[in-house]
Amino acid sequence: MLITRKVEFSSSHMCRRPELSEDENRRIYGPAANPHGHGHNYVLEVSVEGDPDPVTGMVLDLKELKEILTRQVVDVYDHRFLNYEVPPFDRIVPTAENIARDIWQRIEPQLNSGPGRLRTVRVYETPDLYVDYCGEQPCSA
Amino acid sequence: MFRVTRCYRFPASHRLHAPQLSDEENRTLYGKCNHPFGHGHNYLLEVTACGPVDDSGRAVDPERLDGLVERQVLAEFSHRNLNEEVGAFQGQVPTSENLAVEICRRLKRHWSEVFPGEWPRLDRVRIAETARNIFEVKAHEIQ
Repeated sequence: MLITRKVEFSSSHMCRRPELSEDENRRIYGPAANPHGHGHNYVLEVSVEGDPDPVTGMVLDLKELKEILTRQVVDVYDHRFLNYEVPPFDRIVPTAENIARDIWQRIEPQLNSGPGRLRTVRVYETPDLYVDYCGEQPCSA
Repeated sequence: MFRVTRCYRFPASHRLHAPQLSDEENRTLYGKCNHPFGHGHNYLLEVTACGPVDDSGRAVDPERLDGLVERQVLAEFSHRNLNEEVGAFQGQVPTSENLAVEICRRLKRHWSEVFPGEWPRLDRVRIAETARNIFEVKAHEIQ
């Protein structure tokens, strides 16, 4: 069974690489390369897989999952300029893909000792663009 | 590995009518969808591609995907009568099942023009005819 918790955070970012010229950054990233940055209302959906406990009837207490997401992600990302304030985005470009992987790395150690197994991190950069990360294996869902 | 999904919208009209069936059978089978002058929907299309990230930190360049979908789908389907104006539906009923398959075929056929490398690959096409009726095909299932 798959259970999903959703949280939101609002952050600014810019997509550009210092080793590239202004023109190259604009060509690759378009308006997202603006050096002043811009922001999104990100929506994060985290799905955990497991079997319901026969006594509690729950795979995992969603309240606990919410607390992990708040502590590990929202408190770190929300109302921040990712490139300047949230490592590793001082070194890697905060694309939705890299954000999804960073979130996976932040929460996976907190979850793998519990009853559920982290299955998917979904990051909506806008309502019309989202990324799923399922670890390094191919996404099957 | 990442899956990147981009959402697009297009309004179009259609009529569900199978020529192999009698008028009465069509009315019984398709109900309101068989009304003779057709009707329309605001279709919501989701296109998902998958792959590893490249040097840009992205698995898919959304602008390239947008260009492909614009040329192969939106330019030909948006604000059209699917039965009358889209060749694929001259010979088959424009149900959303068939629409999903046709969109997937078009994207697969032209995929390498915008994504010539091994990655990203087209993963799936999902189309919502209304908020309640949703159809999805995996690209590897479609010829």
